[in-house]
Amino acid sequence: MLDDFALRAALAGLGVALAAAPLGCFVIWRRMAYFGDATSHAALLGVALALATDLPVFAGVLLVALVMALIVSALSERNVSADALLGVLAHAALALGLVAVSLIPGQRVDLSAYLFGDILAVRQSDLLVIWGGAVLVGALLVWRWQALLSATLNPDLATASGGNPRREQLILTLALAITVAVAIKVVGALLIAAMLVIPAAAARPFARTPEVMAICAVVIGAMSALGGLAGSFAFDTPTGPSIVTLAAGIFALSSALSPLLRRG
Amino acid sequence: MSLIETKGLSLRYGGAVVLRDVNFTLSKGEIVTIVGPNGSGKSSLLRALIGALKPAAGKVIRKSDLKIGYVPQKLQIDATLPLTVQRFLNLPRRQKPAVVARALTQAGVPELSHRQMSGLSGGQFQRVLLARALLDAPDVLVLDEATQGLDQPGAAAFYQRIEEVRRETGVAVLMVSHDLHVVMAASDRVLCLNGHVCCEGTPEVVADAPEYRALFGTGTQGALALYRHDHNHNHDHDHGHTPDHGHDHPKTVAKDHIDVG
Repeated sequence: MLDDFALRAALAGLGVALAAAPLGCFVIWRRMAYFGDATSHAALLGVALALATDLPVFAGVLLVALVMALIVSALSERNVSADALLGVLAHAALALGLVAVSLIPGQRVDLSAYLFGDILAVRQSDLLVIWGGAVLVGALLVWRWQALLSATLNPDLATASGGNPRREQLILTLALAITVAVAIKVVGALLIAAMLVIPAAAARPFARTPEVMAICAVVIGAMSALGGLAGSFAFDTPTGPSIVTLAAGIFALSSALSPLLRRG
Repeated sequence: MSLIETKGLSLRYGGAVVLRDVNFTLSKGEIVTIVGPNGSGKSSLLRALIGALKPAAGKVIRKSDLKIGYVPQKLQIDATLPLTVQRFLNLPRRQKPAVVARALTQAGVPELSHRQMSGLSGGQFQRVLLARALLDAPDVLVLDEATQGLDQPGAAAFYQRIEEVRRETGVAVLMVSHDLHVVMAASDRVLCLNGHVCCEGTPEVVADAPEYRALFGTGTQGALALYRHDHNHNHDHDHGHTPDHGHDHPKTVAKDHIDVG
């Protein structure tokens, strides 16, 4: 018999996997790993903003993540070799967020809950937000799937056949901000990017088409969430890192299997 | 009637003006080649014509409902993206299997539909890009150095395929190329760019133009004549690109390899 809080934790983990895994496929196809880093690290700044203004944490994180994602998106569009700049932004956002949280007067903030997640403290209202966000991200991706794939392959090619790669980039940016906002409670700011990238990368050897890869990524993300949760109960380890550790283990396994799976 | 027309078109790339005052018309069914040194604005012009680059001045007029088949200079598919040829050809719009099969046949590679894009050779990859450009029965094919990375027989075969497609479908073709001798001989009209249109006309006229010779030297004309000569004989033999060719005709081979890159 599952305890209530365990059930809520499991549902929260599944919600995050549902949104993060297929979005993560685009993150790696488009080589935007740093983009995910910068956006998710900015989440902490959003927490500070929310605490300072009595906004819900979710709203503060969503706002700041969105602003950060837009900045990063504009920078990488203008500058092809934005790698160093993105690295600077990713870590600067994290440091600035930590400083800002500590400056908020009269609050003893449990930083580790925001850095590593606090999935066991997920309430019913959190679940609503997480699943609302996850379903929204999933719907955005399904709705724009063909156009997003075309824009990912080559922006000029997409333009020539009547597409608008800039709009698709914006949709990904929005989806990323929503995912960061719903995932901070579950895996924390430090590890959101891991939930984007690792299940997607682990799914690669199993897939011959983008759709199969996205579905495999969701399955691997869900397995990691549930298994990591169980592991954290069993070994009394922090839940967010346990989830990511399991995902990394699956990635290692699938990479090792990859030569057997590749048939041409 | 014209498919695409530019009037006083100027383009910027990264702040600098790369092309100014281009007046250009592409008509139904013609093959036009753009030549010019690196940085002369060739690719920028193509990108403006397909709508990917906004004019800094002047305008681009496309026939309403103009369908463009675009073959980009290079298409790098990240190794993390699994993609079969079949799936690639169903982007951005889903196509009927028969339409996909026909496009692959037109491009000369009917057997590739279940292969992974990442497993194709350079020549096969370009053929698949061509098939993709042909999917929607376009009015115009726009090719940006589509034979980059192919060896000479591969490039010649590719252009021959383009010519055949033009004959079969009446599609207009606009291409940028470095394979001067092959391309110029196959073109109705050549446009020579160097930040502006420096000369324009039939291949013979352009090859004789002093502006063109200043850019590419006089050698190309000889190579052009050589190609014409070959071309009149036999399509099936390999245009004299046998390995020992270089030893027999060192002079013409040097001209063969004129590369403005």
